[in-house]
Amino acid sequence: MAGKAFNLTRSERVFNIVNYTLLGLVLVVTLYPFLNVLAISLNDSTDTVRGGIYIWPRQFTLDNYNTIFGYTSLIQGFKISVYRTLIGTVLGLISSSMLAYTLSRPDFRSRKFISTFLALTMYFSGGMVPVYILMRDLHLIGTFGIYVLPGIVSAFNVFVIRSFIDGLPYALQESAKLDGANDFQVYYRVILPLCKPVLATIALFLAVGQWNSWFDTYLYNGNKPDLTTLQYELMKILDSTQQGSAMANANDLANQMAQVSPESIKMAITIVVTVPILVVYPFLQRYFVGGMTLGAVKA
Amino acid sequence: MEALTTNNESVTVKPRKKTGFWRSVIRQKYLYLMSIPFVIWLFVFNYLPLWGWTMAFQNYKPSRSFGEQEWVGLDQFSRLFQDDQFYLVLRNTLAMSLMGLVVGFLFPIVFAILLNEVKNMGFKRITQTVSYLPHFVSWVVVAGIISSMLSLDGIVNQLLVWLHILDEPVQFMAKGKWFWGIVTGSDVWKETGWNAIIYLAAITGIDKELYEAARVDGAGRFRQMWNITMPGIRSTIMVLFIMSIGHLLSIGFEKQMLLGNSLVSDYSQVLDLYALNYGIKIAHFSYGTAISMFNSVISIILLFTANGLFKKFAKESIM
Repeated sequence: MAGKAFNLTRSERVFNIVNYTLLGLVLVVTLYPFLNVLAISLNDSTDTVRGGIYIWPRQFTLDNYNTIFGYTSLIQGFKISVYRTLIGTVLGLISSSMLAYTLSRPDFRSRKFISTFLALTMYFSGGMVPVYILMRDLHLIGTFGIYVLPGIVSAFNVFVIRSFIDGLPYALQESAKLDGANDFQVYYRVILPLCKPVLATIALFLAVGQWNSWFDTYLYNGNKPDLTTLQYELMKILDSTQQGSAMANANDLANQMAQVSPESIKMAITIVVTVPILVVYPFLQRYFVGGMTLGAVKA
Repeated sequence: MEALTTNNESVTVKPRKKTGFWRSVIRQKYLYLMSIPFVIWLFVFNYLPLWGWTMAFQNYKPSRSFGEQEWVGLDQFSRLFQDDQFYLVLRNTLAMSLMGLVVGFLFPIVFAILLNEVKNMGFKRITQTVSYLPHFVSWVVVAGIISSMLSLDGIVNQLLVWLHILDEPVQFMAKGKWFWGIVTGSDVWKETGWNAIIYLAAITGIDKELYEAARVDGAGRFRQMWNITMPGIRSTIMVLFIMSIGHLLSIGFEKQMLLGNSLVSDYSQVLDLYALNYGIKIAHFSYGTAISMFNSVISIILLFTANGLFKKFAKESIM
């Protein structure tokens, strides 16, 4: 590798410089906003108003974090977000892996029908209003169930897991059957343990989806303070000030909002909302890259 | 009833190969136990809402049962097509989805190709890992970040003024004509790295000897990218392109809702938000359903058209 560097032609060298510069720019543009948010969240909130905080706090303090951990609505929102993430992920994993296993069995009589029935859901949706009416008729509005029940089966996830199972040697299932295992035992004892990598990917997708959603809270549970999620609380806090600053002559309102939640506090909440994901995703990277590729090939 | 007869027919046509349907159900009872509950689930949460499309042809009143609803034919649709607001909303939806299609499609390809040319593995891995990061962050957070970066004393204004591109800071988030660009730009920022995964995987599948051969023939880096990498990922590009055309109108509403404000609403309203405002917020359920239905039907037409064009085009160019 190193020896080759001497053989680079002039145009190769120019190309490399341009390429590294461009990608370096992408790196900076992607990372800077996060570092900026972090720096502001760690800066004294009255000092932040003066502006000019880039990637390093000027007056370091943890006060903002202390303050937000005193907001009861945020603590409650955090709990609901954790619950929905855990429950939604577990339910989603069970359902998509079970369904994927049955669809991977070449001898399963209703395989074709169920596959088509499932695949069709990727191309249409009833739309916002019919879904809303359905949720109302099922009495799910104003309940925790609305966070986890509607999304239990996702076609994309099922197909990703199925293509993974398709890649496993079928002989394993056959030998388990010879040993007297029934179809459920094959799924539970043979398939599930082998599927760990793809299940890790799907778990990440499901967990991120659950953790990040805010619109179902907005639409169905906005008036239930004990059921609102962290993202929704953040949305309310960010939204109020954005509206305030956008209206040029509504200075009073803007000031009021700024007093309720200064920039540094908002950024501290943003960090709290974001950190769980930042901690997880780099470790799961090699899995989800594989999972995405599997999904794209088959779907 | 119909399903039953077809089953009987298939049994009589191929009596040797297949055992009776019910017998196989009993034999494969665990497979059915593991799949039927989810089929019912899909039926309830994905297919039942389609039944709700009947509302578009009614003057739906929540208090009445289905038999008591008043049927109005295509009245809701004619009302929709006579509404000036609808055309504004459709314009915004199309503009943002087309911009998203073009830019959101090109950036990941270019990013994947450029990243593939990096020989320093450490730099490559760091860039790739960082590029996924925004994908995992919610739109709520992204909208917060974007509006703080674009605010009057935000970094973008500071940079542009410092570079003398702007004379004085601009309130980007309050200018309607900037809104489409802001939405498209945010989307590129959030999803480029993630969408590049598939292309990077496809590039990995290209035979390395092709590059060797090209280098021996004196091809430079650009020629290699153009004549080997691009054709190598061409089928991936086409498939993804069809899929994104199918989803052209279903661009969602999250970004528009979170980034928009009352000052830019002429540019930020999209079909889904329109359905939300009319259909749910002020309880015009039938009208809202008509909007959603229009959206779905157009999407399906686009998908089939794109697929048909691709088949025709691909036959001529690849085969």
